[in-house]
Amino acid sequence: MPFIPHTPEDEKQMLDAIGVDSIEQLFDEIPANLRNDKLEVVPTHASEMEISRLMHQRSEQDGQPLCFLGAGAYEHHIPSAVWQLTTRGEFYTAYTPYQAEASQGSLQVVYEFQTMMANLNALDVSNASLYDGASALAEAVLMAVRANRKSKSKIIYMPRTVHPHYRKTVEAIVTNQGITLELLDYDRSTGVIDPDSLPEAPGDFAALVIPQPNFFGVLEEVDTLTDWAHEHKALVIGVVNPIALAILKPPGEWGTDGADIACGEGQPLGIPLASGGPYYGFMCCKQAIVRQMPGRIIGRTVDLDGKPGFTLTLQAREQHIRRSKATSNICTNQGLMVTASTIHMALLGAEGLERVALNSHANNRKLIEKLTALDGVDEVFSHPVFHESVIKLSAPLSDIMRALHAENLLPGYSLQEDYPELENCLLVCATETRTEEDIDTYVDHLQRILGKA
Amino acid sequence: MSEIPVELKYTKSHEWVRHEDDGSVVVGITAHAQDLLGDMVYVEVPEPETKASAEEAVAVVESVKAASDVYCPVNGEITEGNEALADAPELVNNDPFGEGWIMRIKPDDVSELEQLMDADSYAAMIAEEAH
Repeated sequence: MPFIPHTPEDEKQMLDAIGVDSIEQLFDEIPANLRNDKLEVVPTHASEMEISRLMHQRSEQDGQPLCFLGAGAYEHHIPSAVWQLTTRGEFYTAYTPYQAEASQGSLQVVYEFQTMMANLNALDVSNASLYDGASALAEAVLMAVRANRKSKSKIIYMPRTVHPHYRKTVEAIVTNQGITLELLDYDRSTGVIDPDSLPEAPGDFAALVIPQPNFFGVLEEVDTLTDWAHEHKALVIGVVNPIALAILKPPGEWGTDGADIACGEGQPLGIPLASGGPYYGFMCCKQAIVRQMPGRIIGRTVDLDGKPGFTLTLQAREQHIRRSKATSNICTNQGLMVTASTIHMALLGAEGLERVALNSHANNRKLIEKLTALDGVDEVFSHPVFHESVIKLSAPLSDIMRALHAENLLPGYSLQEDYPELENCLLVCATETRTEEDIDTYVDHLQRILGKA
Repeated sequence: MSEIPVELKYTKSHEWVRHEDDGSVVVGITAHAQDLLGDMVYVEVPEPETKASAEEAVAVVESVKAASDVYCPVNGEITEGNEALADAPELVNNDPFGEGWIMRIKPDDVSELEQLMDADSYAAMIAEEAH
């Protein structure tokens, strides 16, 4: 059964109309040295039977491990209705709904999504999503440099407590644009930026990034940090976990004036864990700087007859109109992921989200209490956490992790590669999905392994 | 043909420039430019006390059709942006050479104005562009 709509006759007709002999010829203008026409590791074709067998084998490699690993992607319960509804044919396009008259349903979903995200973050506006949390932060940095009209500086203060992968992504995207990232260190005992250690005369800088919770799961002193940045005429970019926002003070209320931009990874809201995604990024900001925001924005309006409707709005920022001066080259949003998140949030409601957040926090405390009761396990940081914590083990971490992996258990994220000062330290996570029994399984295995170590 | 006041100077990028008695210059976009852009929905004016060089993009006019940069016509310091445009961007359409002004600049060297076009040259340029 052909799933590709163009028959060879169709192709020939189109090629004749253009005046070329083959599809290959259409790519002639790409210089040969930029082309990689031999994809040796990718087979030219495989039958459906072969593909599904291969994919089953691959998925079996993942196993069904008991997961205490977070570090940016989190296992949460997703009600079955979420993906049942999301995968309906009507939603099944990733493409931007330019034609408002043909896309009212898709546009309304994204509008609802924006409303929910703006509410969660207590900011005025949200965009229709970005690729993932890390690139959303990079976009937020670029946006802050454009939007800060009190400073022409291209310096960004970037805490070391921001996810190391996010920092690498930001660096890759912004350094070619002349933007400098100044690292801010954290306090070794609290696990957060010590407000007293902030430079008194930081000089001109464009923005401060504040992670909440930070990569260690610990809660930063967001109010003091926000006010410090604003006193120095810099903008504030919050990097937040959307589930945590159900119980934490939202970025729009940090300090006296609130963060100017908030962004983060949308995966915890109804997107299953998957290696390589697709996940999605979200971004919200204050109304005053909305024209510097990247990505699509859906607005509500009325048609000629006064009937309400939805449409893409503020398009003059975007690359199909502003070309090289556009606020970003983001065009196709992560529509399907956003649809799932919107349905997920609608099903859970504000109370449901809050219960997920509270239970995740409570499970983290149970886990840490039991783990640190073992000899040779200590909690590293003293400040309050959301649903992740750092523990230090008395024995070499790589050996212990290997032993736990053999028990089909993901014990957490090893920190010593990204943070050499955190030798044998493990970032562990417990969401609402971890039961008392799961926690005991982890504790029992670790006790046995440490006993042998 | 749109109005092109003879007492003003003009740039290739369709700004008009008026030399004031106090030595400052006032800048806006021409009637012809606003006509091409269509109904304004937003104007981003520069912050006061901003140093700018000639041909640097310092403001943005956004219409229902497009967003365009507004360029600084001379080297100098921007002393004022027209804040009225924040709530009433349509002033650029209705009164481009008057209330629709965009910014005031203190030029480093007033003689730079002599390099700009006079009304006749500007009229000739847009006539040329029309072909």
